[in-house]
Amino acid sequence: MTKNLRIKTSKFIDETYKISFKFNGKTYFGYKGDTLASALLANDIHLVGRSFKYHRPRGIMTAGSEEPNAIVQLHNNTSRTEPNVRVTEIEIYDGLEASSQNCWPSVNFDMGGINNFLSPVLPAGFYYKTFMWPASFWEKYEYFIRKSAGLGKSPMEPDPDIYEHRYVHCDLLIIGAGISGIIAAKTAAKNGYKTLLVEEKSYLGGSTIYQNSEHFKINNQISSSWLEKEINEIKKIKNLEIKTRTSVAAFHGYNFLLARENLTDHLPLEQRNKKTRQRLLKIRAKKVITATGSLERPLIFDNNDRPGILLSSAIHKYANLFGVACGEKNILFTNNDSAYETAISLYQKGINIEAIIDNREEIDSKLIKEIEKNNIKIFKGYTIVDTSGYKRINKVSIMQLSKDGQKVVGSKTTLNCDCLGISGGWTPAVHLFTQSGGKLKFRDEDQVFIPNIYPSDQISIGSCNGEFTLDEILSVVPTTLKKFLNIKETDYENLEVQSSFNKSKRNIWLLPSDKVIGKTKSFVDYQNDATAKDIKLALREGFRSIEHVKRYTTTGMGTDQGKLGNMHALGIISETAGSKMGELGTTTFRPPYTPLTFGTIVGRNVGEYFDIFRKTPIHDWHVENKAEFENVGQWKRPWYYPQNGENMHDAVQRESKAARDSAGILDASTLGKIDIQGTDASEFLNRVYTNAWSKLAIGKCRYGLMLNEDGMVYDDGVTTRLGENHYIMTTTTGGAATVLGKLEDYLQTEWPELDVYLTSVTDHYATVSICGPNSKKIVSQIIPDLDFSDESFPHMSFKNSKIGKIKCRVMRISFTGEHSYEINVQANYGKSVWERCMEIGKEFNITPYGTETMHLLRAEKGFIIVGQDTDATMTPIDLQMDWIVSKKKYDFIGKRSLYRSDTIREDRKQLVGLITENPNEVLEEGAQIVADINKSPIEMLGHVTSSYYSPNLKKSIALGVVRGGKNMMGQKLIIPMKDKQINVTVADPVFLDKENKRLNA
Amino acid sequence: MFIINCPYCGEREQSEFKAGGEAHIVRPKQPTELSDDQWAEYLFMRKNIKGIQFERWVHSHGCRKWFNVVRDTSNDVIKAVYKMGEKPPTKK
Ligand SMILES: [Zn+2]
Repeated sequence: MTKNLRIKTSKFIDETYKISFKFNGKTYFGYKGDTLASALLANDIHLVGRSFKYHRPRGIMTAGSEEPNAIVQLHNNTSRTEPNVRVTEIEIYDGLEASSQNCWPSVNFDMGGINNFLSPVLPAGFYYKTFMWPASFWEKYEYFIRKSAGLGKSPMEPDPDIYEHRYVHCDLLIIGAGISGIIAAKTAAKNGYKTLLVEEKSYLGGSTIYQNSEHFKINNQISSSWLEKEINEIKKIKNLEIKTRTSVAAFHGYNFLLARENLTDHLPLEQRNKKTRQRLLKIRAKKVITATGSLERPLIFDNNDRPGILLSSAIHKYANLFGVACGEKNILFTNNDSAYETAISLYQKGINIEAIIDNREEIDSKLIKEIEKNNIKIFKGYTIVDTSGYKRINKVSIMQLSKDGQKVVGSKTTLNCDCLGISGGWTPAVHLFTQSGGKLKFRDEDQVFIPNIYPSDQISIGSCNGEFTLDEILSVVPTTLKKFLNIKETDYENLEVQSSFNKSKRNIWLLPSDKVIGKTKSFVDYQNDATAKDIKLALREGFRSIEHVKRYTTTGMGTDQGKLGNMHALGIISETAGSKMGELGTTTFRPPYTPLTFGTIVGRNVGEYFDIFRKTPIHDWHVENKAEFENVGQWKRPWYYPQNGENMHDAVQRESKAARDSAGILDASTLGKIDIQGTDASEFLNRVYTNAWSKLAIGKCRYGLMLNEDGMVYDDGVTTRLGENHYIMTTTTGGAATVLGKLEDYLQTEWPELDVYLTSVTDHYATVSICGPNSKKIVSQIIPDLDFSDESFPHMSFKNSKIGKIKCRVMRISFTGEHSYEINVQANYGKSVWERCMEIGKEFNITPYGTETMHLLRAEKGFIIVGQDTDATMTPIDLQMDWIVSKKKYDFIGKRSLYRSDTIREDRKQLVGLITENPNEVLEEGAQIVADINKSPIEMLGHVTSSYYSPNLKKSIALGVVRGGKNMMGQKLIIPMKDKQINVTVADPVFLDKENKRLNA
Repeated sequence: MFIINCPYCGEREQSEFKAGGEAHIVRPKQPTELSDDQWAEYLFMRKNIKGIQFERWVHSHGCRKWFNVVRDTSNDVIKAVYKMGEKPPTKK
């Protein structure tokens, strides 16, 4: 049924290597060298997908990464399946399976096609207006709209492929290996530049490499033959690296670029195993040459989107590079000479050309003469006003253009065809240049934006710089290179160049029609189904800024970012609004230039490497003993140690009780530790903590509260004086890095005169904390040499000692309110010391506890946790911790802020204890606290910050912040929940052992 | 991702550094002498310029030194880098 449209052996296609692939479930054949697009066309398949909004049948339109229509779902399995793959980019391989997307139930019979007939009710702003529809209508159609919306399907399982990132440094990066890029690469590399040349396609040479016409010659050789020799030469140059299948996604400031190197997507599936699929190159280049070429423009006329309508340059490429005819009855429609290059190429291959329709009236060039000589009909000064053919174009209707190009005149003529090539001239691919911060200028004579101001050491050359013809490139590019690379001579000085291209063009952004605009569908953005009518509607509705029109009409917002139609959108706006193109500006081109897979973006940072974590030296013991872990900052901390299938609540109750009844043991190694030395160390602590430090005796410990300059609590911890000029500060686990940073900041910038040195030693020590009434018995067995009597070793003091040969620092400090000790040893001994404590503690039922029990125990004592009971709005006064704020010190960080008009307000939120009426009712942390439930709106007084069931007090306890709470002792408040109200009483935040008797028990 | 020329280490990637806001704001020596308004001026008020801005940066994943940077915020071009305590360069 289908025809074979393969015309002739092309040297780029290996006809001895046959490849079978599946499209929409049917098996087809192609050859090595084919893209999926060329293979489909060779099999006479033109209907590839459906458009996004109207579900109109669409086919292959281009031969490159700018393809808006022919995007498919690749692979059938749920882990590798990939949506939105452009058939023009994917090289076929054995086992390839692709299917049309955006159609249901099938591409040939698509339910969504009904939108095409509904289009009068789906105008621009459809998405914004949708929810204004009657609700009944919406509900009725939601099922179908959901089913048919969106582009493709995402994979549902983890990606089995491997991706990686690599840093690349070079003197010069050249983007694009067309003729300009090749010339630049050879010139630069021969002059000593360490050069990297990247090309998104699998071959080098751009469009010149398949230019086989006698009309384009260099030194009397056909341009492709000349270029082939150049390519062979550059492959031998040592300091030039060439990467094909590598597309630059982003061009950032300071010549930092991201490129995706595709390593296996073209290989048969069985050859891909264990290989890296894609690599993200992070390139830092001293200089950048952009040689990204140009994109052919479509023409905007009624029904310009049917399958079988392609860019003229794409037809040329399919014929010359892939040996495939896109149709048997071809018509070309153009406003410039490019289409004649295509025509000559087709003609030479014996492919039938029905006619050429040219907007221009007076035309004359060697190319045109050759066409006329071969009796191909040219309609000069004509335009297409309509096309027909549902799943493939079969007719065009043409009319003559008026002199001013604003109207059509005369009668309509209909021509039969099965393929229409369109050419609206060329648009320089300036996307990367503008991403880098470059500023464009508009060139009136051929209506193009070209680079104007470069923000970094870079240059654009060739057609991306508006040098479109062979003779222009070969005269301008070498001169540009000499200046940019600071060299005297290139190999391209006295070339004899023959180029028959005439640059005349008749630019009409929106071609006139015999119908009123409301009755036409002239597509500007094919992928998002935005038409000229939509743009005009947006302007009528008052939109003026190009960025607003873009969002309202969704022009340029598809996966192709409107590479084809953006210029026409601008043109139509400028014509309709009567503004100048150059003054209108362009929309912003954002990275990536072509879509990147998530795999490439994340590289190796997946699974356990997704986010790095830190383990304490005792970590393995926790794992062996089945601890559940909690993330605290980057640390993995034991959360609780379930035994015999306990749930978290039961485990925490058991651990908490054991710690107060006998002995508990905690891995406290994660607490931040900063070693502070210097003659001004005491003065420094005076300035950074709220309390006084000068009088702290050597061998003593003190709790400190650190504020921000705005007076809000920032961090807390115990600091120990180890010597005259030597302290060790502990910080919260999560705050360690920022506290060090803050202290360094003050030392370097505000108080450089202080003699103080800070060293982070968190990782250097392992810390084992043992608490409970039996803790002293345990530690005195572990360190028999040390006198643990209260007189010799009181609470808040420290001693150096040894466990066998291991040096240790022992602090008698407590975060639980129990008699407790912290043993610090060099990190490598952490696990063995912990195990020794477990062994000796066995007779006292020593119980390892995690962070949850630690939080419960300290809450019983009303100790705060910075970051849980405080946020950045709590002063020490709000926390009822006035006792720690020195009245005598002249200054410390945050002092002045403690008596700003806002911080002295009586009705600030203050920390209080909360007791529930029902002792078994445990509040939810974060629950809101109110006084009057009947007031409307209900006034929120605060919220619950910590809440537990205390096994030691046998009742529920909670901490919370309440507006004016300090003066509300004993007052009843309400916690309104979804299904009930909980009555609470404001209480002292210290629930257990107010007299601190247990510390010395 | 720009490149910053650390006055102690040389040119390094931006990702090694952290920004620290506007430069040359000196902590008052006698905060208690200040009115609420004067203290608030020091505490809260910062410039946010499109154009040349004097900023503090710290080489946090390097030498951990603080220094000053003159940066054009409109295009991220760094005009000058100088150590803490040194005078800012005059307009060129
Ligand atoms: Zn440095």
